[in-house]
Amino acid sequence: MIVILFIVSVIIFSLVNVLPGDPARLMLGQEATPEALAALRKEMGLNDPLYIQYLHWVGNILHGDFGYSLRDHSPVLKTLLQKIPVTLELTFFSFVVAILIALPVGILSATRRGRLSDYLGTFFALSGISLPSFWLGILLIYLFAVKLKWFPPSGYVPLSENFGKSIALMILPAITLGTHLAAELTRMLRSSLLDVLQSDYIRTAYAKGLLERAVVIGHALKNALVPVLTVGGLQLAAFFGGSVITETIFGIPGIGQLVVNAILTRDFPVVQACVLFMAFMVVVINFLVDIAYSIIDPRIKLGEVSKG
Amino acid sequence: MSQTNAQTAAPYPNRLESSPRLRSLKKALGRFFQNKLGVAGGLFLLILVILAIFAPWLAPYNPMKQDYMAILQGPSAKHWFGTDDLGRDVLSRIIYGARVSLKAGIISVAIALAIGVPIGLISGYFRGFWDEFIIMRITDAMLSFPSLVLALTLAAVFGAGLNNAMLAIGLVYTPHFIRLVRGQVLAQREREYVEAAIAAGISHWRIMLRHILPNAWAPIMVQATLSVAGAIISEASLSFLGLGTQPPTPSWGSMLSEGQGYITQAPWIAVFPGLFIFLAVMSINVFGDGVRDMLDPKLK
Amino acid sequence: MSEPLLKVEHLDVGFKNRKSFVKILDDVSFDIQPGETVCIVGESGCGKSLTSLAIMGLLPPGGRIAGGKIIYNHEDLTKKSAKEMSNIRGNEISMIFQEPMTSLNPVHTIGKQVAEAILIHQSVSKKEAWDRAIELLRLVGIPSPEARVKNYPHEMSGGMRQRVMIAMALACRPKLLIADEPTTALDVTIQAQILEQMNELKKRFGMAILMITHDLGVVSEMADKVIVMYAGKVVETTDTKRLFQNPRHPYTQGLIASMPRLDKEVDELPIIPGNVPAPEDMPTGCRFSTRCPFATELCRTKAPGLYGDEAHRVSCWMYTNEWAGGGQEHATGETIKL
Repeated sequence: MIVILFIVSVIIFSLVNVLPGDPARLMLGQEATPEALAALRKEMGLNDPLYIQYLHWVGNILHGDFGYSLRDHSPVLKTLLQKIPVTLELTFFSFVVAILIALPVGILSATRRGRLSDYLGTFFALSGISLPSFWLGILLIYLFAVKLKWFPPSGYVPLSENFGKSIALMILPAITLGTHLAAELTRMLRSSLLDVLQSDYIRTAYAKGLLERAVVIGHALKNALVPVLTVGGLQLAAFFGGSVITETIFGIPGIGQLVVNAILTRDFPVVQACVLFMAFMVVVINFLVDIAYSIIDPRIKLGEVSKG
Repeated sequence: MSQTNAQTAAPYPNRLESSPRLRSLKKALGRFFQNKLGVAGGLFLLILVILAIFAPWLAPYNPMKQDYMAILQGPSAKHWFGTDDLGRDVLSRIIYGARVSLKAGIISVAIALAIGVPIGLISGYFRGFWDEFIIMRITDAMLSFPSLVLALTLAAVFGAGLNNAMLAIGLVYTPHFIRLVRGQVLAQREREYVEAAIAAGISHWRIMLRHILPNAWAPIMVQATLSVAGAIISEASLSFLGLGTQPPTPSWGSMLSEGQGYITQAPWIAVFPGLFIFLAVMSINVFGDGVRDMLDPKLK
Repeated sequence: MSEPLLKVEHLDVGFKNRKSFVKILDDVSFDIQPGETVCIVGESGCGKSLTSLAIMGLLPPGGRIAGGKIIYNHEDLTKKSAKEMSNIRGNEISMIFQEPMTSLNPVHTIGKQVAEAILIHQSVSKKEAWDRAIELLRLVGIPSPEARVKNYPHEMSGGMRQRVMIAMALACRPKLLIADEPTTALDVTIQAQILEQMNELKKRFGMAILMITHDLGVVSEMADKVIVMYAGKVVETTDTKRLFQNPRHPYTQGLIASMPRLDKEVDELPIIPGNVPAPEDMPTGCRFSTRCPFATELCRTKAPGLYGDEAHRVSCWMYTNEWAGGGQEHATGETIKL
């Protein structure tokens, strides 16, 4: 995990350092004198060899210093800490949406195989995977905000400030971001359940006298979740990527919006910090998924899954 | 997945002997055509490809021609999909946009294949320090980035534009192929025929290219097909955010982005390009599923 | 004879294909008396497992009972709803399977799985069910069951897992235990132990056993009565002693001849040539006629019925008046009067 984070940081650092544009000039503006530029470069350590710059950067991060924005000179950490809860709220609600859809649809699809509910479920999974989230977002805004006026079209209010309004504003973005994951999970859960439902221990469960509902929920679901978790884990990275689009469309001031603006305005320290944070989250969550495996399936010992 | 419990449902020995190559190809094609969704997806793709290739002849208008007499018109007999804020014909722009999207999808994946397959092949074949500690670690690290964010950053590094966007997307997809190919190679390497080939003194390159790669080809092709769908979405996303295709060249993603501002007055500007992205991606997905079932009915 | 515990009458079972219905079991009839051990014998694919699954109402997807009755306790099981069947399964009739390695749920402890079998059918507390699970595990010969209840299946050997399966099946003192090749997947020594255990438990609980096996050795050790099946049909039924001393159907004779024996040294065991015909192209006449050394034109064109009396029935033309061939003495070594 540490090794991966190290490589992640190296990649981010080198990427951002080859970004075209001179940080010193960005800070001082076009009219700056060459002397002032040179002085600032020296002060920022831009003349040092790259590996020194890297060590400097990592050392600062470990001390909680992510540098200052080149645009408004505010400390990056402060901005980041403001935006993180917003994105976490969005991802949490999207995840809830995904689970609320995927569990029932996946189970129904697998247990009513070849019937109408299976076809509907499969169709949902198929189209959900293919739906571009920006299009879905725009359609939802058009339908539910512009036409039906059920929800406000965009914006963000913190949960602590106005709970009802905050939730109302979160619903469309959460559906936008959650649909893709819901579709992936549905598809995976269906095929994994179909597999599990053919196993001998399911027959044993029926032979004991359990009814279908108890067999599916009590015996099949837990076994079927293992491969679903794998997909869920792999999808998380995409999930954060999706938040970039969703936040842009719905005007939600989270990490996604921050990183897009920072990339478009070449605000390097902010880009570095955001991307590092996202990668860090992915690594941490994958680690948590590994732990979840060993809880669900007693045959798996911690740390064996990711290596397979 | 087998329809019934193998033990009780098919109690009699399967009497199909292994068939020669031609027959198995025929059977595979038969399986593909049984998959009606896959066939439908393939047909729609074919239409898109024809639209893209013959765009100048098929598009009713010049996609860049602005017509201030026909701004923000709804769908009509004259303009099937309406016109945008500059009076350009949305249908014509979608037809030209198909060129961008298909090109982006295919070239990005080609780049990923061109880099990922050789690295995965060599890394998995020779194993050792480089494989375990350099290639795989870097791959893991790359996979921990949200792919869209990585593509965005790369696109920013290379500069906005379709070519750079394709390169960025290709690089983002590369680790997936390294992983897949490496996994396939590791599985094949254990097989007896590889050991026999090594024992017979055949060179490593020949074993890799003539023996291992052909056997790993099916899953690579399936993954490549499905990746084209992802790459099309990625390109559209980059264009949507302003880092892909640059105006005035029509692309589905940038059209959506432009149309977003007119969603209240003229929803068709955004709805139709999005619909085409959706349909294109969906047909590639079902087509890819069909190809997978065709190549190996056991894979799933 | 007393009222049978289970009576299978003219049972037809098959699978729905894409278009057609393929019949696998054809007109299967037999009955089981209380406390009796009945073995169904045959090669793999003769429909013995399907028979047992049909009784349990656990046919695999696509499988359907097309005709006949399964009478248990004066009621036809084929007419029962899913809910009614679930009250019988694991309670009155329970079943153990061929694959102990995969028949237990890998993500639950064995204690939980045995206790569940009790909780489904009896209104006892979780604590009581757990304690009874421990007792059951002790009963089936699992050492230190108090510690073992917390184990997961993957932490146990195949033999131990099969014992767990038996404990689970016995949880509600069933009147009939169906055992589908319970020892096939196990080592020979473990096989003997498990069979002995089953015989002992049978005596103790007074339950009947329907044992599915392809192993005549198991039959000789367990069975009171034997049903020989071939290609979805019953070809011979009799008691165990008669079956080994006086097998009548050429198929049964072939099975017994191909059984390894301790008292005779042979270089090569005789085998029955050929394969079981596929269900789609069953011969119109006797189903064994494609492999039978005595088959005549009659056998190939017309299917025989089941002939004989309660004590010994056989489905073969040789034992009827219509038989004109000369193989009869050949086949049995004695003259049979029917």
